[in-house]
Amino acid sequence: MAVTSRRVYLGVEEVSGPLVFVRGVKGVGYGEIAEVVTASGEVRRGRVLIVDGDRAVIQVFEGTGDISTKRARVRFTGEPMTVKVSDEMLGRVFDGTGRPIDGGPPPIGGEERDINGSPINPASRLYPENFIQTGISAIDGMNTLIRGQKLPIFSTSGLPHNRLAAQIVRQATIPGEESEFVIVFAAMGVKHDEAAFFRESFRESGALENVVMFLNLADDPSIERTITPRVALTVAEYLAFDRDKHVLVILTDMTNYCEALREVATARGDVPTRKGYPGYLYSDLASIYERAGRIEGSKGSITQIPILTMPNNDITHPVPDLTGYITEGQIVLDPKLHQQGIYPPIAVLPSLSRLMKDGIGEGYTREDHPNLANQLYASYARVQQIRNIAAIIGEEELSSVDRKYLRFGEFFEQEFLNQGDANRTIEETLDLGWRALGLLPVEELPRLKREQIDKYYHPWE
Amino acid sequence: MPPEESGTVTYINGPVVKASGMAEASMMELVYVSEERLAWEIIALEEDVATIQVYEDTTGIKPGMPVYRSGSPLAVELGPGLVGQVLDGIGRPLNVMREKQGAFLRRGLQVPTLDRERKWPFVPNVSPGAEVKPGDILGTVRETPLLEHRIVVPEGVAGKVIRVAPEGEYTVTETIAVIATGDGEREVKLMRRWPVRRSHPLKERLKPSVPLITGQRVLDIFFPLAKGGAAAIPGGFGAGKTVLQHQLASWSDADVIIYIGCGERGNEMTDVLRQFPELQDPRTGRPLMERTILIANTSNMPVTARESSIYTGVTIAEYFRDMGYHVALMADSTSRWAEAVREIAGRLEEMPVEEGFPAYLPARLAEFYERAGYGKVADDRYGSVTIIGAVSPPGGDFTEPVTQHTKRFVRAFWALDKRLAFARHFPAVSWIDSYSEYVDDIAPWWEGKYGVDWRGLRQRALSILARENELQKIVQIIGPDALPDEQRLVLHVAAMIKEGFLQQNALDPVDRYSTPEKELKLLELLMHYEDRARDLVRQGLPVYRIQGMKVNRALLAARHEIPDDKLEELEALRERMDAEFDALEKEIPRPREVRS
Ligand SMILES: Nc1ncnc2c1ncn2[C@@H]1O[C@H](COP(=O)(O)OP(=O)(O)OP(=O)(O)O)[C@@H](O)[C@H]1O
Ligand SMILES: [Mg+2]
Repeated sequence: MAVTSRRVYLGVEEVSGPLVFVRGVKGVGYGEIAEVVTASGEVRRGRVLIVDGDRAVIQVFEGTGDISTKRARVRFTGEPMTVKVSDEMLGRVFDGTGRPIDGGPPPIGGEERDINGSPINPASRLYPENFIQTGISAIDGMNTLIRGQKLPIFSTSGLPHNRLAAQIVRQATIPGEESEFVIVFAAMGVKHDEAAFFRESFRESGALENVVMFLNLADDPSIERTITPRVALTVAEYLAFDRDKHVLVILTDMTNYCEALREVATARGDVPTRKGYPGYLYSDLASIYERAGRIEGSKGSITQIPILTMPNNDITHPVPDLTGYITEGQIVLDPKLHQQGIYPPIAVLPSLSRLMKDGIGEGYTREDHPNLANQLYASYARVQQIRNIAAIIGEEELSSVDRKYLRFGEFFEQEFLNQGDANRTIEETLDLGWRALGLLPVEELPRLKREQIDKYYHPWE
Repeated sequence: MPPEESGTVTYINGPVVKASGMAEASMMELVYVSEERLAWEIIALEEDVATIQVYEDTTGIKPGMPVYRSGSPLAVELGPGLVGQVLDGIGRPLNVMREKQGAFLRRGLQVPTLDRERKWPFVPNVSPGAEVKPGDILGTVRETPLLEHRIVVPEGVAGKVIRVAPEGEYTVTETIAVIATGDGEREVKLMRRWPVRRSHPLKERLKPSVPLITGQRVLDIFFPLAKGGAAAIPGGFGAGKTVLQHQLASWSDADVIIYIGCGERGNEMTDVLRQFPELQDPRTGRPLMERTILIANTSNMPVTARESSIYTGVTIAEYFRDMGYHVALMADSTSRWAEAVREIAGRLEEMPVEEGFPAYLPARLAEFYERAGYGKVADDRYGSVTIIGAVSPPGGDFTEPVTQHTKRFVRAFWALDKRLAFARHFPAVSWIDSYSEYVDDIAPWWEGKYGVDWRGLRQRALSILARENELQKIVQIIGPDALPDEQRLVLHVAAMIKEGFLQQNALDPVDRYSTPEKELKLLELLMHYEDRARDLVRQGLPVYRIQGMKVNRALLAARHEIPDDKLEELEALRERMDAEFDALEKEIPRPREVRS
């Protein structure tokens, strides 16, 4: 069998985009880490993408700028990409590959872990069912976040997704439990001021020593973004499953991540599918988003809130589309609500929490919650239809029931949704939902049980 | 035959590897690589170079590593012990993997599908001297209270039984019968092994004529599926494919359920694993897990094993079908399977034709859906495999290749409409875009069993919905008030059908399942409502009086307020409805009265 060439430096045959081609390799394994030393002596890391006999293709994370075929040298490490995980990482700031950038020394203790992790055995998962109170009615009442869920925010540029994510981090609690969340924050290609906003907001809520930040900013090498979420999730898994903590992971912006992945795929000549993204984008994203949940034998959990901006606010774009196909729902922000000054501008109809069914109702939130949410959805959907008709024939021409729906819609948006920075308890949220339904006649509420109507329904007139 | 070393790895590109020195190997042969013995399958051969797809992560695989041949294709073990299991895409029991490896899956573990130690109670069904042929039952094992595992004479084996094991406990590898055939003696064990990629055809295919009763009103009445048929559920993310598949797995009147989570979420499998042991089969009261087999190759598990999960599942289905059972198989999602096919094709540098898919995509889809079927498995026994595939079109666009090609090979198409899902109309099965070509085949069953004009009832309700769809186009231009009362009544009744019949809340313990009786009675009641309402509107009653009827709420809530065992309440509801209509009728000013 071939000897390893760990200490041997090889020349570079070709450089193409983020890829470096090397000939004369021996004993190099798929996926291992290589180090490319530039003419000026700088060391860049990369991962082996293809091995073909004595040739290897390396994807360089930190950019191939000034790597020349003449003067660069390559060395293989024989190891997969790892990150050192330890409790010391809490309160620290790292770059997108896990090197400290806060002026402090690298953590001393800890254990090296493969950043790709291993898939969770589906038979070992524990189904998430603890309600997280975010204090936001549109989420708690209608798209409930559950501990261990992956629930992304679909946004578009100019909308307050960062403010919303920061508010969730600040307000998230499990009613009746002491335990606090630990935050793992991963930025991929975000602007400096956005990263600063999050840092400031973590600081204000006094959570900074419970936060680990990984920052790949807009001017950092783009290919590095393909590893940042994996580094962050490896640390999150350690904190959750080795250290029994409840971890909230914020990944922003997943669109930048996907663009970096597309850059590698294009350089490699992978068959493009929609909008030039490779066919394996789904599986690749799944290898990130599925690193959430709860497992047997551990008290901890990973809750993921990925944030992504939808190019052209198009929800059918591959990035939101494939994300929605993997995550357990989505919170969609709406520019129209934002323009009306409604905060948070959550479009409840296209939003969804798939796990809420098991974390709400009797014994979790309140027994009327599932049917109430269901009825609010149905009634608000009706509002949209009536608004369309009202736009044609004018409000005066509507039947009296239809006019009641419009008032309900108005109240729902202005009071239930538009809460600003208020932090509402789940009871407050549910009671507000009932108040909104009080604007409608009881005949219009077939999704509620009779007992619930008797108990909670109070018509306005 | 013991694995023999034959080749060496030369090339690694993700899940695709090449090895030289493989001149002796054959296509689709299973091989093992490195000292870890990772299971791989040959997918192309050129001279002595084999291209291999790997069922596990290839990190660290290097040129020069040895490749061992197995001599046989990818196969699945079949026998007692399958029911209640959760297997990965190549048939490894995930519970055993969890015991050995903990919560995370690590590669390289070889575990057989069936437990070698466990003993099963075998009851012989034949005596020595009996003449048997394929499909005859040699004996049975009560695998679960819900399922009797029948050990049938394998394909290609016929002759005289020489020996048969006495009633007792046996492991799956013990011989339970010996049959003298034309080519010598054949031993039969509780376990057998079938290659997964080729179909195991029915002895005699018959036209499907019995519906698969799903307890889902919109399906059973409007877009029915026959036992042995094939259906597709296309829909964008969040449209309700998985919930509907779970509903079908829970409530369908099949004997065996095979549920394949193919490239989907881990928690969805956990959900089934958690609920099925607790949910009761409405016909027998037994836990659903006693008739269910899960195949879980979630989105983060290796993509090649995802590709084979579909075949592993359908092979198990065929095996139970041959015992004389009706098997229903759900695959969620076939799009993820197709993407796995595409990914492997891409690594092989095959020519992409549409959206990166290889030219053989339609052929693969056809092969899969053709494995559905209803027919005779022995002289006196019938069996079937029904396939229901979810399709996840990118961007929810049904013109994409997987949806389009699937449509060619299924006869029931349950199109999920995102707009319905947004409005929380679930199941979001569109009554405009969906269809079933089984209606005529199964109508006699309904009419014979329940003595109702099922086809007429269905057609009447559907045409109200179709008219409403047309009228809505006008409403969007001029508003509803401009329509004559008779047409506004159509809008109102259609809304009642949608809310009171088509929608079905999977989370509501009463609503989630309807017996055929309830399905028929509820729809008949709605049609009776329409009869009376139309009559009164003709007599001059304004539509808003119908819209304001007290009974409406009860009629809409009946689906979740009246359980299957209290259907007499529907009668009471009908009386209340008639009384309210009678009262309204009295109020209508009569021409004579006007004159006087
Ligand atoms: N029959 C139903 N009753 C009640 N709620 C439903 C029903 N069908 C779907 N839903 C709701 O819709 C959500 C999404 O459904 P589901 O997970 O089945 O979507 P999907 O089509 O499988 O999406 P994906 O393609 O992303 O997997 C569910 O979590 C549930 O809230
Ligand atoms: Mg699904």
